[in-house]
Amino acid sequence: MTEPKIALNDLAKAFGDKVVLDGVTLAVEPGESMAIIGGSGTGKSVMLKCILGLIQPDGGTIRIDGEDTTHLRGRARREVQAKFGMLFQGGALFDSLPIWRNVTFGLTRGRAMDSGRMRRLAEENLERVGLGADVLDLRPSELSGGMQKRVSLARAIAPRPQIIFFDEPTTGLDPIMADVINDLIRSLVEGLGVTAVTITHDMTSARKIAHRVAMLYQGRIIWHGPCDRLYDSRNPYVDQFVQGRADGPIQ
Amino acid sequence: MSGFATSPPVRLLARIGALAIGLLAALGRVAMFAGRTIISIFAPPYYPARYLEQMAQIGWFSLPVVGLTAIFTGAALAQQIYTGGSRFNAQSTVPAIVVFGMVRELGPVLVGLMVAGRVASAMAAEIGTMRVTEQLDAMTTLRTDPFQYLIAPRLVAAMISLPLMVMIANAIGLFGGYLLSVEKLGFNAANYLNVTRQYLEWDDIVTSEVKAGVFGFFIALMGCYHGYHTRGGAAGVGRATTDAVVSAFILILFSNLLLTVLAFG
Ligand SMILES: Nc1ncnc2c1ncn2[C@@H]1O[C@H](COP(=O)(O)OP(=O)(O)OP(=O)(O)O)[C@@H](O)[C@H]1O
Ligand SMILES: [Mg+2]
Repeated sequence: MTEPKIALNDLAKAFGDKVVLDGVTLAVEPGESMAIIGGSGTGKSVMLKCILGLIQPDGGTIRIDGEDTTHLRGRARREVQAKFGMLFQGGALFDSLPIWRNVTFGLTRGRAMDSGRMRRLAEENLERVGLGADVLDLRPSELSGGMQKRVSLARAIAPRPQIIFFDEPTTGLDPIMADVINDLIRSLVEGLGVTAVTITHDMTSARKIAHRVAMLYQGRIIWHGPCDRLYDSRNPYVDQFVQGRADGPIQ
Repeated sequence: MSGFATSPPVRLLARIGALAIGLLAALGRVAMFAGRTIISIFAPPYYPARYLEQMAQIGWFSLPVVGLTAIFTGAALAQQIYTGGSRFNAQSTVPAIVVFGMVRELGPVLVGLMVAGRVASAMAAEIGTMRVTEQLDAMTTLRTDPFQYLIAPRLVAAMISLPLMVMIANAIGLFGGYLLSVEKLGFNAANYLNVTRQYLEWDDIVTSEVKAGVFGFFIALMGCYHGYHTRGGAAGVGRATTDAVVSAFILILFSNLLLTVLAFG
């Protein structure tokens, strides 16, 4: 058996006395696309930030390719980070930099180098998210919310990471653009062998991009299974969530 | 016994104790932050363009306001010394005290306060906004250390810019005093300059520059520290900005007193 790409074991995190993650255990295999669903404020983003090393968990372990990365710092941390790409929920574009510098930031790491080549790279990656060369020199504040999200996606994929986290990639996009992004995520996984973890509230998207789905509820993974079991999981929480009913075990 | 523990003087002591512990903890956090910044100045990769950009932001764009402050203050100082009762020996007292006042105290303190108002607030607002919009997190995941990319350039640029600006402000301030004394109070120009030169001492200039470097350090440190630790959306950015300016003011005035006592006491 191969090592899982990402293995979380009993991950715990509280802010003050507010418990957010309460023993999350989850494994993502290499080349797998996993969707995470769960109510607003259940800690999905916090879970990703723990894996990325942006938030120190209070307990439990995180293994990437079998290596325990829970408490890495400095250079060792940056080496692990080279494997990751992240699309932040709010986009998180650098608003002092033009779009092309945003997209290539992971390659230049903020240094001014090789502008000609970097502009071309930015253009290529923007094309993959359905944006043209006309946005290259704009600032993030000059773009619509959906365009910012797509630039942010281009920035996440530009360094060609092995593992990409998408925090609500289709929220705020029109249905056609949402499908372009779904296709992009699929092609990253199927074509380039990327391991993907996607947080989503969009069940259509989840079914289209994910091999497996896991549901986070009250700080734990209460269900996970293949995508086609999503609508007959026999789990009352999952049923209520995917059918979007107000009455049920989730209050 | 419970009456003793809750009696007003005991409660007051407990409050003071808690306050002192809080203050020490904050000092520790600031010291750690400063240490991390200083280490990151020397670690690659280096961002020369960021340093130059900050020098321009802090130094160059502050020059107009600093120049205006200096010339008005130098002139006002001359007028006050003249009116203030030493008329019997005005020809030498006015230029001498303008030199002492400007170079030893007013030059560095005024530049420090003006730049703190302009720059510490801007740093806190910019870095604070980056914190609440997750740009700092994004930068880290793109393997760029915000301490190297954002904070170290600001600290170094402030510590280089401030001494340069204080040098300029001192010169402009002395010129303001000269202008008022010669044009309005009827001093002899050559004589005024002579006395100025005679009282302008190397030690005072060095002290002035040391103060400027220290103030620059505190301005950037407070701006970046409060920005970096911002929480809670737009309101949080507002708080960080205010805290940065107020704490920079206090540190400037307090360290000025210490340095003055050390150098002249
Ligand atoms: N840095 C932080 N400090 C304090 N509390 C935090 C912090 N980050 C997140 N939280 C809290 O943790 C909880 C989970 O937040 P998180 O952002 O992970 O939710 P989420 O599952 O991503 O929700 P959504 O679907 O709305 O994005 C929230 O209640 C939030 O208030
Ligand atoms: Mg979230």
